[in-house]
Amino acid sequence: MEWEVVIGLEIHAQLATRSKIFSGAATAYGAAPNTQACAVDLGMPGVLPVLNAEAVRMAVKFGLATGCKIAPRSVFARKNYFYPDLPKGYQISQYELPIVAQGKLEIQLDDGVTKTIGITRAHLEEDAGKSLHEDFHNLTGIDLNRAGTPLLEIVSEPDLRSAKEAVAYMKKIHSLVRYLEICDGNMQEGSFRCDANVSMRPKGREKFGTRAEIKNINSFRFVERAINYEIERQTDLLERGGTVIQETRLYDANKDETRSMRSKEEAMDYRYFPDPDLLPVILDDGFIKATRKTLPELPDEKRERFVYQYGLTPYDASVLTSSRELADFFEATERASDGEAKLAANWVMGDLSGALNKANLDITASPVTAHMLGGMIQRISDDTISGKIAKEVFEAMWNGEGDADAVIEKKGLKQVTDTGAIEAAIDAVIANNPKQLEQYRSGQEKLFGFFVGQAMKATQGKANPALLNELLKKKLSA
Amino acid sequence: MSLNKSDVEKIAHLARLQIEEADIPLYANNLSNILQLVEQMSAVDTTGVEIMAHPLDAGQRLRADVVTEIDQRALFQSIAPQVEAGLYLVPKVIE
Repeated sequence: MEWEVVIGLEIHAQLATRSKIFSGAATAYGAAPNTQACAVDLGMPGVLPVLNAEAVRMAVKFGLATGCKIAPRSVFARKNYFYPDLPKGYQISQYELPIVAQGKLEIQLDDGVTKTIGITRAHLEEDAGKSLHEDFHNLTGIDLNRAGTPLLEIVSEPDLRSAKEAVAYMKKIHSLVRYLEICDGNMQEGSFRCDANVSMRPKGREKFGTRAEIKNINSFRFVERAINYEIERQTDLLERGGTVIQETRLYDANKDETRSMRSKEEAMDYRYFPDPDLLPVILDDGFIKATRKTLPELPDEKRERFVYQYGLTPYDASVLTSSRELADFFEATERASDGEAKLAANWVMGDLSGALNKANLDITASPVTAHMLGGMIQRISDDTISGKIAKEVFEAMWNGEGDADAVIEKKGLKQVTDTGAIEAAIDAVIANNPKQLEQYRSGQEKLFGFFVGQAMKATQGKANPALLNELLKKKLSA
Repeated sequence: MSLNKSDVEKIAHLARLQIEEADIPLYANNLSNILQLVEQMSAVDTTGVEIMAHPLDAGQRLRADVVTEIDQRALFQSIAPQVEAGLYLVPKVIE
């Protein structure tokens, strides 16, 4: 039987506020344990939560960017469960009336197809603390610095049909929250993580199968692997006549498998109810309009603009707009190169991205600035250097040897465009290789490359390639 | 709706309450009475009545996103049963 997978994602994005969602404690990452956990975060008796205006504004920004309806009135609820990293015994979240709902997002798939994924809702909630299970003589250590950090939980419709689609969707949300500057997207630090609901059904059937929920996946690669493992596990089970049970599973990256955490019978009974400590959040049109004005150009808009403004291919445009920083770098390079958009795109996506990856550096930390790269591209387009020599110039700039002009000057890389000099080099090469010349003239035309190489070598690679080709062809057939 | 013994045990477990076996019938009776009151209220026709999330007819006040709390770890941890390396220590939990 042919099976179809149905996937929905719940993404937790930590909002980039300075203080917590319900208290004035700091949210900075990496502080000494429990130094950023105040009486409210600890759930001390008598304290009251007061909602952070910035967290509300960020949630609304996300809602507006995904075409969600912004709730004029939303309500916080208590989600009750016992765990030591949750000191109050409940998490403040939203249940029946989330702050934003019913939006959508377009994702671009590898084959160029665009697919629309529904966003069911996004709600505000507080994060829990961290449990450390090692090194405490059979006790668990609790750090509550993270307790009370604002989260936006973004719930998708079950519209995803493969692990690849799920990754594309997660990457799109990741890019979007960073464009909106509402989340730093740092997955190592847990600022962006997701749960995946995965089920299988016979292809063509409308009814969903029983789903398993894979918890807390914190990398794009793991999402893809965890889902693919789950597809295989469930398909196998169903083919053998078994049934999938509704349960929560954990992905173990070391073993590349998911394993059961708790079944439906053991499922938590959260007993949600409206939090009496918090009043409903009322948002008026003025607030929503003012927030809409703060929206930046969004990834899709930017991608389309790159295609028509710079004449880039849709693929190049989507790579360059995958992050706001990369897009800004490209545009600055294009300006500094005096409008050489295609060259700028190739250099940013090619040599520069390659070097950054190798050095594990972010685009914002690039030792070659957009201004330097643009300057070098100008030297390519005005024929001072060839594309090949440019690679050498780029490497020198990367190693801190100055800008393109300084490197070209210092290393004497200026391209030879003097016909006489190139002709002299070609004549010498031809004279030194009579055998090859004979073979070439008797029809072995692929030897042309040999002559190009020899002549380039003779000019230390500085001959203008087009000119050299032209002159060489003329001389060889003379 | 009336609660039986296993309902009471389940509720006690959810609330992490330890209860005496002998007290279960009493709890079952008391809790059932509360549910009967709820049932009575459920019988009221509430068509067109907006759900009340809070008894106060007001909106939530928001605070500016400013760090106002200082580190008081030493004070808070002075009443904790066990701490080490800045962490609160609790009986081992594993999921």
